[in-house]
Amino acid sequence: MIKVENLHKYFDKLEVLKGIDYEIQQSEVVCVIGPSGSGKSTFLRCLNMLEEVTDGAVYIDGVKINDPKTNINEIRAEVGMVFQQFNLFPHMSVLDNITMAPMQIRKLNKKDAEALALELLDKVGLRTKAYSYPQQLSGGQQQRVAIARALAMKPKIMLFDEPTSALDPEMVNEVLDVMKQLAKEGMTMVVVTHEMGFAREMGDRVLFMDGGYIVEEGHPDQVFGNPQNERTKAFLGKVL
Amino acid sequence: MDFLDFFRWDIIWNYREMYLQGILATIILTLSGYVGGVIFGLFLGLGQVSKNKLIYLPCKIYVDIFRGTPMLVQLLLIHLALIPTIFGSSQGWWVSGILGLILNSAAYNAEIFRAGIQSIDKGQMEAARSLGLTNGQAMRKVILPQAFRRMIPPLGNEFIALLKDSSLVTIIAGAEILYVSKVVAGTYQRFWEPYLFAAFLYLVLTYAVTKLIAFIEKRVSIEYNPRKKREGRVE
Repeated sequence: MIKVENLHKYFDKLEVLKGIDYEIQQSEVVCVIGPSGSGKSTFLRCLNMLEEVTDGAVYIDGVKINDPKTNINEIRAEVGMVFQQFNLFPHMSVLDNITMAPMQIRKLNKKDAEALALELLDKVGLRTKAYSYPQQLSGGQQQRVAIARALAMKPKIMLFDEPTSALDPEMVNEVLDVMKQLAKEGMTMVVVTHEMGFAREMGDRVLFMDGGYIVEEGHPDQVFGNPQNERTKAFLGKVL
Repeated sequence: MDFLDFFRWDIIWNYREMYLQGILATIILTLSGYVGGVIFGLFLGLGQVSKNKLIYLPCKIYVDIFRGTPMLVQLLLIHLALIPTIFGSSQGWWVSGILGLILNSAAYNAEIFRAGIQSIDKGQMEAARSLGLTNGQAMRKVILPQAFRRMIPPLGNEFIALLKDSSLVTIIAGAEILYVSKVVAGTYQRFWEPYLFAAFLYLVLTYAVTKLIAFIEKRVSIEYNPRKKREGRVE
């Protein structure tokens, strides 16, 4: 479903990703962990070209997305993304936040788009907030709306960029619960996270990044229970 | 000396029709200059936030030139050099005046648009693009609606500045308010009355515009206030 080959990313002269090779199958939940500045968010953002790829290739469903001939907007419509800072559109109601992209891109009419949005709001437990505005919601509620907004495009893949890092502790679980539900439904997910509990419980695979490399990867039981690499051990020793 | 006898307001009254035309000319000059300047300025502003150097650089150079030189000089160049060169002869002060105001105010409006667009958090653009929206769709649906609300106060200031700057058109014999006062002053060799009256007219106009802008700002902020909109409408 996702294939990354020899991915390099520079910010000016700073090399942030130093050759990443990885493959993610359909319905897999891959959790990316690692210290700050290890390149994990950059890696995630290369998967929908929010960051331009300096060298190497990223394939989504067999299509090379960093090819100038590829229409990146069509790819992005199939790849949902959830941000650390939610990034809801403050000038739109919750409902409009969710219906905007399906109406613009999928050409849904207003009625169908709103029916879809309400269905998704049901799923994230926020149907009563349909006519609220983002600034009236708590962080956890905003992030659940952001998930619903991404799901409204019916994506094949969902990318999560530290979705709970900006939340107050008591709101983390309501967001993780929605993500767990998605994982159980078979969504292909790539999750950059500091929630080791979630990675351990829900991850099919865990990927530990440091210094622009994938240092270690494997089943969570193995990465968390019996890490092989010294850097992985040091990192897990600090966070667990 | 009797204060009331010092001023001879009757000379203003004698020129009332010309003043009326002058006021009308000032309003038309300002409005057309502003509308043209906003439209042209929007494109220049969008150009300035483009990543493409071939778009971004010309826009930036244009803005720098028109903001960095006096409008008086621009008006003279347009009226006496540019238009005669292009058309073979002068096209009158209306054409030169309106064109000058458009070109100048576009540069200032471009800066307002650029700053407004860049003031929107970049996460907004990323969220819109991540959903599959094109750059243009994201601008129209997400960035500009938020940016416009922030631009209303500076755009209002620019309108007032342009209203006052329209008096510069007098240098190319544009028959607006100041020009009429100059005629009156020349005819009667009296200076207090015509120039005070011109100042008074500009003050009335700018004051009216200030009130109008405050009204618009208030309206937009009510629309933006979710508590007042769709109150209690929950399904």
